[in-house]
Amino acid sequence: MIKVLLFAHLKDLIGKDEIEVNADELTVEQLRQKLSDEYGLHGLEGVMAAVNEEFADPDTMVSNGDTVAFIPPVSGG
Amino acid sequence: MNFEIAKEPIDIQSVIDKVVQREAGAITTFIGTVRELTHGKKTLFLIYEAYESMAVKKLEQIGAEIGERWPDAQVAITHRVGKLDITDVAVVIAVSTPHRNDAYEANRYAIERIKEIVPIWKKEHWEDGEKWIGNQLETVSYPTGKPEKEDFHD
Repeated sequence: MIKVLLFAHLKDLIGKDEIEVNADELTVEQLRQKLSDEYGLHGLEGVMAAVNEEFADPDTMVSNGDTVAFIPPVSGG
Repeated sequence: MNFEIAKEPIDIQSVIDKVVQREAGAITTFIGTVRELTHGKKTLFLIYEAYESMAVKKLEQIGAEIGERWPDAQVAITHRVGKLDITDVAVVIAVSTPHRNDAYEANRYAIERIKEIVPIWKKEHWEDGEKWIGNQLETVSYPTGKPEKEDFHD
């Protein structure tokens, strides 16, 4: 299982702040595609991802047990 | 705990107290507050949301970056989340250094980095609607997950 965390408009869009994705190993980009295809979560293009609380690249590998957060452009301060 | 996400109103003095040091000749404090008018548009209130565990890590990272650039600086940052009304304090940054110029510069560095790397988002509530603000220039928002033209520019 890969835990996916959603924030801000992404959370509102799908009505959940967390999704469990059944996958063993894939890249961040493949996960993005899977969320779009199988979970109807569109609009992740250009949204930054963090794997286990560190910013990640599209080709960063994600494994079973990891937490992936999609980080829309931030607006704190 | 010099770097915190707070759900309750921030006690400004307690943030300042964390950076008091005998070597300091200056403490600068930045207090970010909720503004009512942005380019003529009236905000009623804001909701701040954070990816809390990562946000604390990123605030700590900013502290470490300041430590590299200004080795004698001490830094404390508290950012609030939840519903904030106009004039409420959203963020407090305190920096102490031996000389005042460094304290000003390092404090400015901290707020600019917060706006770049700390996973915190604000949702503006207006009289005629609400919107997650998509970046810190307040020029981009993604109400439906897609960028769209905004009606104001900073």
